[in-house]
Parts: sequence; structure tokens; C-alpha cells
Amino acid sequence: MTDSELVWRLAGGSGDGMDSTGQAFEKALMRMGLNVFSHRHYPSRIRGGHTYFEVRAGGEKVRSRGDGYNFLLALGDSFARNPQEDQPAYYGEEEVKPLSENLDDLREGGVIVYDEGMLEEDDLATADVDLEERAEANDWHVYPIDLRGIAREHGREIMRNTAGVGATAALIGMDTEPVEELMSDRMSGDILESNITVLEEAYEQVTEMDQAHDVQVPEGSHEENQVLVSGSQAVAYGALDAGCRFIAGYPMTPWTDVFTIMSQNLPNFGGIAEQVEDEIAAASLAIGASHTGVKAMSGSSGGGYALMSEPLGLAEMTETPLVLVEAMRAGPSTGMPTKPEQGDLEHVLYTSQGDSNRVVFAPGTVEECYEQARDAFHIAYDYQIPVTIVIDQKLSGEITNIEEALFDREPDPSLGSVLTEEEIADAPHHESGIFDRFQHDPENDDGVSPRSIPGQKGGRFLATGNEHTPQGHIEEDPDNRVFQMDRRMRKLDAIREELDEFEPVHQTAYGPEDAEYGILTWGSQQGTVEEAIDRLNDDGHSVKALGVSDLMPYPEREVTDFLESVEECLVVEMNASAQFRGLTQRELGQFGEKLSSLLKYNGNPFEPAEIVEGFEIQLNGGDEAPSAQTRIEPAAGD
Amino acid sequence: MSAFSAIGEEAELDRDEFTPGIEPQATWCPGCGDFGVLKALKQAAPELGLTPDEILLVTGIGCSGKLNSYFDSYGYHSIHGRSLPIARAAKLANPGLSVIAAGGDGDGYGIGGNHFMHTARENHDMTYIVFNNEIFGLTKGQTSPTSPKGHKSKTQPQGSAKDPIRPLSLALTSGASYIARTAAVNPRQAGNILAEAIEHDGFAHVDFLTQCPTWNKDAKQYVPYVDVQDSDDYDFDVNDRGEAAEMMQETEDVLHEGTVLTGRFYVEEDRPSYQQEKIDQGQMPEEPLAERYFDDSADWQRTADELIARHR
Repeated sequence: MTDSELVWRLAGGSGDGMDSTGQAFEKALMRMGLNVFSHRHYPSRIRGGHTYFEVRAGGEKVRSRGDGYNFLLALGDSFARNPQEDQPAYYGEEEVKPLSENLDDLREGGVIVYDEGMLEEDDLATADVDLEERAEANDWHVYPIDLRGIAREHGREIMRNTAGVGATAALIGMDTEPVEELMSDRMSGDILESNITVLEEAYEQVTEMDQAHDVQVPEGSHEENQVLVSGSQAVAYGALDAGCRFIAGYPMTPWTDVFTIMSQNLPNFGGIAEQVEDEIAAASLAIGASHTGVKAMSGSSGGGYALMSEPLGLAEMTETPLVLVEAMRAGPSTGMPTKPEQGDLEHVLYTSQGDSNRVVFAPGTVEECYEQARDAFHIAYDYQIPVTIVIDQKLSGEITNIEEALFDREPDPSLGSVLTEEEIADAPHHESGIFDRFQHDPENDDGVSPRSIPGQKGGRFLATGNEHTPQGHIEEDPDNRVFQMDRRMRKLDAIREELDEFEPVHQTAYGPEDAEYGILTWGSQQGTVEEAIDRLNDDGHSVKALGVSDLMPYPEREVTDFLESVEECLVVEMNASAQFRGLTQRELGQFGEKLSSLLKYNGNPFEPAEIVEGFEIQLNGGDEAPSAQTRIEPAAGD
Repeated sequence: MSAFSAIGEEAELDRDEFTPGIEPQATWCPGCGDFGVLKALKQAAPELGLTPDEILLVTGIGCSGKLNSYFDSYGYHSIHGRSLPIARAAKLANPGLSVIAAGGDGDGYGIGGNHFMHTARENHDMTYIVFNNEIFGLTKGQTSPTSPKGHKSKTQPQGSAKDPIRPLSLALTSGASYIARTAAVNPRQAGNILAEAIEHDGFAHVDFLTQCPTWNKDAKQYVPYVDVQDSDDYDFDVNDRGEAAEMMQETEDVLHEGTVLTGRFYVEEDRPSYQQEKIDQGQMPEEPLAERYFDDSADWQRTADELIARHR
């Protein structure tokens, strides 16, 4: 879907309301029956700096942000101006950046609207951009419009975003009604009235202009009711519908999104949200609440998640159910806080001392964020084990339309393997009256031993991070050690068996089943890979994909079947050391000759064209250098 | 009908009923002050009518962390320094529980110092017992946050150049609403103070002087001790923050000169506990959250009904 699509980029100053304007426009397109997918770009600073919000819309399913875009709405950057006017501009040429910095990705034949009230063409010279020349070379159609002037005349200056949306609608043949409807949902009184006037004035002014471009709003319709949801929202809503009523956290980008959504909603859902002193405390609080009979979660991004290592191990050893979110960003250390990367895979799998005894899911789409958040609580509480949901800045900030029916489900408040007081009375106890909390039932070979909750009569036991007896008392006897270790590790086998039966399956196959070649990916790159698969097959290649979500326990059977069925396989991931390929080879102990890697770690997610290019280079022997900032890593052998 | 019938159950128990059948005999060194904490706790719990199944005793790591191996209740022996965040979430999840956290001076004032400061600040309704022996015991005698200046150990061969931390002053500044110091050598006072601390509706901090005859032989055995409430030499108002602060400073100064001052140092009765504040502000349900998971008739809201409309 490249010819019949709109990819609208709204560029302006960070802090100028790009997000809310962009999301409203995206929702209007969805309400018109289109499929939409948006992407946020922002610099790691508080205010100022150039940012954009990009919406891709089409009649068919939109799986990724695509490559490039075809409509630029460049607003001014109100924070680029130095309040002390007699001083030289503090941000230098920053104020023209919404226009000058976005030109490289604009497709041939694209449309440029810029606010000539804020940006003057002369300013472009300071950024060394000859707009006229480039427009001619690329067949761009440039419409300078005084959006600020329209906003000032009919409302307030801040409404220049609205004027920009009106101008856009006029240029792409879009009705303003869905936009006005959305405004009425969010505003009222004079503000609503002025905004509508500004929108209509801009629309009318631009309608009267001479227009010569081809970019138009596509057509589409939905068979089912759609809702516009981000990855972070889907994770949070999945948690709420799984009966999670406790969260503890500490702010860190991009984890803050999930934490904020939960904190804003938990009190209304009768739950508790705690912002605490650090991430060690955050994970420990979640453990404390879970131990006491509440479905609880915490989470962070790379650095904060590192602080959770020791509590995570404690949850493994005490078999306390726990759900964590790890919203990855580019590392190491502080890295690039607002940029996505998949560099924390090994960190999440292996952090904390001792043998890992945990579950890790990496959802690949917004729908999977919801499903797998629910699954995470189900597995954590049934098997008394920590489950981490790994997302990244790409997935957390992506907003797309999904079927509303996805959410029409029964909540799942079950605490999993717990006993009631009546059941405790019948359960095995030590002769001194202490409950055999960690006593394996020989009839039940999944290794899970149902727990009691503090306050339950007759259920008292000791939970400890030390190796322990069935009653939880510290014990270093070798037989007991082997028995308890084996029992805890056995839970992973049982979980793998259950996951293999899950609907929908966590591993997503895409493309022709009998394809000759394969692309293997994990987590957030799934949609982009799928789009690349479509293009490759359209171009005559024979290739299919598998998007993996289960990272521990590893889906051995599904990946083995996939790899056995293809000649060669390219592993696509956003990190520099091919962590997922390494995991796959380690888990499967074979396929080393088949697996090459396509890696990207420049702070931006893959674009479909980069995967297409990487695949074709690898197919031709892998000697050519990619034109994009990606890297091909040849097969390493077994 | 509560799913947690042990909570609030009327019972008259003997102190011996808090001795676990699995490990009835503590394995601390002979003469260790930790026995004094265990004894005081076994006095306080039955005095308050508590039963083992309604107490959650959360400990850190160290000799002190073994407290819940030798005290029969629900126990959570956690990791070094992290007893407080686990304990306070347990109290939020089920405010009916009697939640007690315990750990050593390294655990509470060193590695867990951040949690101490914030738990005190938030005034969670719980008790925190710090076994203060001015040394790291379990790791065999290193200088701790409360070791006096000049203290020599294998890790501080030239003697510590640091002033010790001021536990009482730190608790006061941070926001604890009940602050006391007692000593293992004074079991009756210790039992009474622990009972008061558990009864107190807010964060109760008890700095418990526990002599370490094995690794801190040079230190005082905390005798003779003075109870500041019983002594005519000290006159201050425990409800007055300013007077309490001065008394604490003096107490911390004179400890290393051989004067062991104990008793209640600050009591603030009318400050609401954290969970009360949260309930009042609509941030926490009035009914214990843990109960809802056992209540088949509980109403579980769905995002489909509450949140999805705004996404259409």
C-alpha cells in the first residue's frame, strides 16, 4: 500500500501540542473508515527542539510506519525563539527545523504546507536549504500559508495547529466534519467555537488556492467497530482486565507511559498506585502486595530495571507471582532515552544471580500488548513466577486502530494457585503447625505448590530468599536443594506446554507457508517485517516470517519447525550484538549455518525498505554494504 | 465474611506459642542482644492479643534477619535492606495485618537507608525494629553505619574516619511518628516499647541496641542504661518535635561516651497514617484490597466499560 496512502507528518516545536493535534487527526481518519498507524519522534529534552507526529493511513491494514511520507505540515517552533529579542536567537537555526529537517524523507510528488506566519523562506537559507530547487527536483508541491495569521484573526495564536489541520483537509479532499466532531468531544464554549472557525477559515482559504498535487485522502471502511490505542495503553488495559489492582513504580522514559496510565486509572478501579523512592523499592512493593494476595505489577526501562535485579531473584526464589514491564530504550547506561532499541534482551533474560527461573514475553503488536499482558498475569499467578513484558519506545508510543471487540472480555481476577482457609485446613502441615507452603504435590508434576496468604488461619509459613524446606525454613541439605531447585525449574516446562496451547499463539507466522526463505524477528519489529514480506513476495521472492514473543521459556518447537522449512533465514533485530540470534542458536543447538542477521541500532526502528534491502543483499551473498544504517552479520555456524 | 479469619481473632496466647516448632532454638551467639529482641517480641505480641496468623514479620539479611525463623508467624525473610518496601506494600494490600519489619543497622541505615527515609516520611502504619549493634555481625565484624568514629575493623584498619549515623534524628527528620530506643539488656522496657510501637497508628521506629559479644567486644554492653522517662535528669516533651530533636542529639552524642539513654523520644498521635491519608483522598479502597480477590460477589470493572469509549 504505497500509492493509495496518506502519510501525514506534523512537524513543529516540542511542547507545541504536536501529540494532541496529531492524535485527533489520526482519530478523524480512523472514523472515516481508514486504517491508521502513528509514530512519535521526539528529542530527549524538556521543551523546544523539533519533533514530529506521523500518521500513515490507508484502506488496507497498516502494519508499520512505512518508508518516508508524502505530506508535510510544518508548523513553527514557538520555543525556538529567544524571549530576549535583542540577543541572537538561542536555538540558532532551530526555528526552521520543522521544515528544513524533514525534507529528506519526503517522497517524490509530496506536499509541503508550512506556516509562513512563523517560518520565512529567507530563514531556510540559514539552514542551507534551497527549497525551490529541491521542490523542483522532487516534484514537491509547496503551499506557504499564514496559519498563524488565520489563527490570530479568528481565534488565538495557539490555534495555528487547528488552522494547519484545516489546510491539510482542504488539500487532500477530506471532509472537516470528523475533525469538528472530535473537537466537540474535547472542547466547549468559546474555545470550541473559535477552533471551528479557524478550521473552516483555513479550509476555505486553501480550497480557493491553485492545487496541482496528487496526494489525496484514501478511501476505506471498517466492518467492525475500531478504537485507537497505543502499545502502552494496551499493556495497561491488559493488566487492568487481568485483575491487577496494584502498581509501584518510579518514572523513567519510556516506561513512564504504562506507569502513568495505570496510576491514573487504578483508584477508579478500586486499586492502589504507588510512586516510590527508587526501582528497588518499586519491585519490592509489588512483591509485598502480591505476597499479601493482590495482583500487582511494577516495571521500568533499562537502568531502572537493572535496579530490580535482586527483587526479581527474590520473587523467583520465594515463588511470589510478579509482573514487570521492561520498556527498552537505546543503551548502554543512559543511552538515548527517547530512542527505541532491543538491546536489553539478554539483560531481561539473565539479570539477577543464580539460574533464571522466569517468563519473558515480547509482544509484537498493540493487540499482542493487551493479550500478553493478560497472559502475563495468568502465568505469573498460576505458576508463582515472575513474568516480564518487554516492549520498547517504538511499540509503547505507536498508536493504531484495532477492533473494539478485543476488549469485550471477562476480567480475570483469579489469584491462581492459592488456597482458601478451608483448603488450608486440609493441606499438609509440619507437625508444629506450619503450613507446607513449598511442598510439592507428587500427583501434580507442574512443580507448583499452592500458597496461603498472610492473615489466613493456619496458613503461616516463612518465605525466604535462602534455599528452604517445604515450610520455608532455611536449609542447605543437598537432597532438599536438588529437590527444590528441580521443582522450581520444572515450572518452566509446564509453562511451555501451556503456552503451546495458547490462543492466540504468541508466535506469529506470516507469508506463504511453503516459502523458500525466512525472516525471524522478535517483539516490536513484527509489523515492519510483515510489510517487508509482502513487498518481497510481490517482487517475486519466496519468503515468510516468524515473529517471536516467547523468549523464556523459548518456543523451541515452533522456531525449529520454521527454520527447518526454509533454506536460509535472516534474523532482524534492533541491537548491535545479534542477541536474539544468539539466544536462538543456544536454545536450538543447530541452524548456525542458516542464520544471518540484519541489525540496526542508530536510534530509529527498521523501515520496511531497509529489510527488503538487507534481505536482497544477503540473498546475493551478503557482500554488498547496505545503503541504510543497518548492518549484516553473516552466519556464524554452530 | 473475611477470607482472613485470623485477623482480629480473639485469643489469649502464651508467649511460648510464638516459638516455632521447627526452629525452637535460635542459633545466635551466646550473649547476643538479638535474643532480647525475640524475647521482647514474644512479650508484646500476646500482650496485644495478636495471633501468629495475623502477623507478617518481614526481615532483611544479617543475624537480625533470622528473627522470623525463631518467631512463629507469617514471615518474609527478604533481601538486604529491602524489608521496608515489602512490608509497607503488604500493609497497603491488607491493612488488617499487623506488619512488623526488622533488620540490622547496616540493613536499615546503610543499604536500605533510602527506604527508611521514605517509609518514615510516608508514615506507614507499621513497626520497624532496627537491631543496632554498631557492627556487621554475620559477615564477621566490619565497621557499620552506626560504628563510632575511629572504630577499627578489618575493612577500616586505620579506624573509621566517619561520624556514625544518627538513627533517631534521621527518623524524626524523615517523618516517623513514633521513635524510641531500647536495649536488649532491658527486656521489660523493650517489651513495653515494642507493644506501644505495634499499637501506634503510623510508622514506629525502634532503635534496638543489641550488643554483639562476638564481633564488637570493645563496645559497651549498653549497661548501665537510663530510661529517659524515668530519670529526673532528663525533662522533655515527647510530643514536641523541637524538644525531641534536642534530646535525640544528646542521646546520640553520649552513647559513645558510655551513657546509654533509652525510652520514647518522639510520639505524634494525631498524624494520620499513610493508608488513612490515601483512603481519605480516594486513592485506596476502604475495604482491604486482598479481601476482594476472595469475594465471589466482588465487582471487577472492565476497561471495555470504563475506558474504551474515549478511544472510539
